[in-house]
Amino acid sequence: MKVCLIQIQMMNKALSFVLVSLFFCCGLNSQAQNKLVHHDFELELKGEYRYFYNDAAFDGQHDHFPSFAIQPEYYVDWNNGNESFNVRGFFRVDKDDARTHFDIREFYYLKANNNWELSIGAKKVFWGVTESNHLVDIINQTDQVESFDGEEKLGQPMVQFSWIVQNIGTFDFFYLPYHRKRTFGGEKARLRFPILIDKDFIGYESGAKQWHQDFAVRWKHYFGIFDVGFSHFYGNGREPVFSFNSDGTINAFYPVINQTGLDFQITHDAFLWKLESIYRTSDALNFFAMAAGLEYTFSNIDGNGLDIGLLTEYNYDERDELALSSLQNDLFIGSRIAFNDTQDTSILFGGIVDLDSNSKVFSLEGSRRFGNSWTAQVEARILKEIDQSELILSNFKQDSFLRVSISKFF
Amino acid sequence: MKTLIILLFTVMFASALVAQNASERGLEIAQKAEEADLGFGSSTVELKMTLKNKNGQVSERSLFTKTLELIEDGDKSLIIFNSPRDVKGTSTLTYTHKVGADDQWLYLPSIKRVKRISSNNKSGPFVGSEFAYEDLSSPEIEKYTYRFLEENGDLLLVEQDPVDPKSGYTRRIVSYNKNLGYRIEQIEFYDRKNALLKTLTYSDYKLYKEKFWRASTMRMVNHQTNKETILNFNNYNFEANLTDDDFSQVALQRAGK
Repeated sequence: MKVCLIQIQMMNKALSFVLVSLFFCCGLNSQAQNKLVHHDFELELKGEYRYFYNDAAFDGQHDHFPSFAIQPEYYVDWNNGNESFNVRGFFRVDKDDARTHFDIREFYYLKANNNWELSIGAKKVFWGVTESNHLVDIINQTDQVESFDGEEKLGQPMVQFSWIVQNIGTFDFFYLPYHRKRTFGGEKARLRFPILIDKDFIGYESGAKQWHQDFAVRWKHYFGIFDVGFSHFYGNGREPVFSFNSDGTINAFYPVINQTGLDFQITHDAFLWKLESIYRTSDALNFFAMAAGLEYTFSNIDGNGLDIGLLTEYNYDERDELALSSLQNDLFIGSRIAFNDTQDTSILFGGIVDLDSNSKVFSLEGSRRFGNSWTAQVEARILKEIDQSELILSNFKQDSFLRVSISKFF
Repeated sequence: MKTLIILLFTVMFASALVAQNASERGLEIAQKAEEADLGFGSSTVELKMTLKNKNGQVSERSLFTKTLELIEDGDKSLIIFNSPRDVKGTSTLTYTHKVGADDQWLYLPSIKRVKRISSNNKSGPFVGSEFAYEDLSSPEIEKYTYRFLEENGDLLLVEQDPVDPKSGYTRRIVSYNKNLGYRIEQIEFYDRKNALLKTLTYSDYKLYKEKFWRASTMRMVNHQTNKETILNFNNYNFEANLTDDDFSQVALQRAGK
């Protein structure tokens, strides 16, 4: 009987110990709420196949390009999400040796405090409003071998300070200590010049080379239906300047540039009116370029969520045939279809026509989710009636292609 | 004949009076509901969205929402997607206006782009769900005209006609609970042809800060397609003390990573 009582007393003590510990833990937890650390790891695996269905223009070029990419991502934040550390890597294996590459897309520490934010490390920043061309966007180098539309970028080392002033707008200041070179396709690659361009052979105008210290500033604000951004960049240009010698060889280097940019959008009912414009100066070349257009969306037209957007944009570039984008006097017309279904099915298609030479590039991009963690994309780029006078594009006239890719997210 | 005309006028006058009373009472109820919710300041909440199609197949999304109460103008809100994984980090920032179009920005984390988007699309579905954009925007008095219908126990039924011609509805019938802070118990939505389209039921209410009722579950059933969407709200936090700084475009990008 006595033994039994002691046992019960011991059990009681154990129980109270558990209860007290639980209470203590909970109490501690709620006290520590502000110091709570969140972290998350995500991984995307991407299988891809590109098929160029026309005969190659240059020796050594292939038609079929199976490829595989991995994109791991990790972030940790604390201090109510006001401090964080962000990492994103990218690795691709491709038949084209130049397209097999590794990049640190992001690797930065961020601190936010009410009306300012500071980032230190490698990061990606986007500026601009138009769809067919991204003129104003200059902070990051384009990952040229990764995508046709140039929207994939290399991580850029920087210190970024954002300062938000109520009713005046956001001021972004950038210190960019290191320049990254653009990569061009290797021997097997399509969408290249007849002569292989090794990125190491492209030099710099500046004696400091890639260590030239670059700076940029941008002001961005909105007034009712108007969104406006005004920016200036000084430093190593992201686009190399090419000159073609009579013997077929190419001279190329990265000039030191000043670029002033304006981006502007009016959002009125279902209309988006867009304008981007830059003026770039350097010892080699001064020029003006712009893209302007509009987007109109017919929304929920079937009462089931179907949205059809119509887009048109005009592109002008004073560099004429030297414009790397080949968008020197070109009209883009396209349509964006979003089904707004549970699989987020969407299609973007359109064409760009050169108003001087009549060269045309047609595009189609579609995407859809399967289940909760798979997505599939298709892409087609069809180059038609490419004129010999197109200094850049004429090299790619045999390079129409189809691409399918499937991604799995973990 | 004269008597008849007088009678007719009397009837017309009386019914006009009743109509006016009905609209005044309807407005009054909506105002009381708004007043009951005044002063929450700011809140954050986790949201699980379950979409069911007519065959019972289910897909899920999880979101995080921040709201800042504004008195002079409509509320500000930030919505961040956590799943599905391929859209993780996609976020929207909305400045609701009592009158006129809302201001809205979308952040796409894969290309780090902030896009100003049109808030013109009121009637379209939000991410494939049975909730239209207008069902999820902050409820402002000025967005409807009102007509009191009937009192049914604790419930006050008010018909609300959207002012915006772009709304997908001719009317909604909202049931307010007069004894529980005028919280909404149910909304019936009638489409442009005035046929019953959807019913939204609020349940698992909890009282926060002894003043603010928040439903933990909202179930939207589409009677025409037999699809439904269930929203589960978790971890309401009314102590976040958010300010305008948490609803800037810089904050939008930070939230989406």
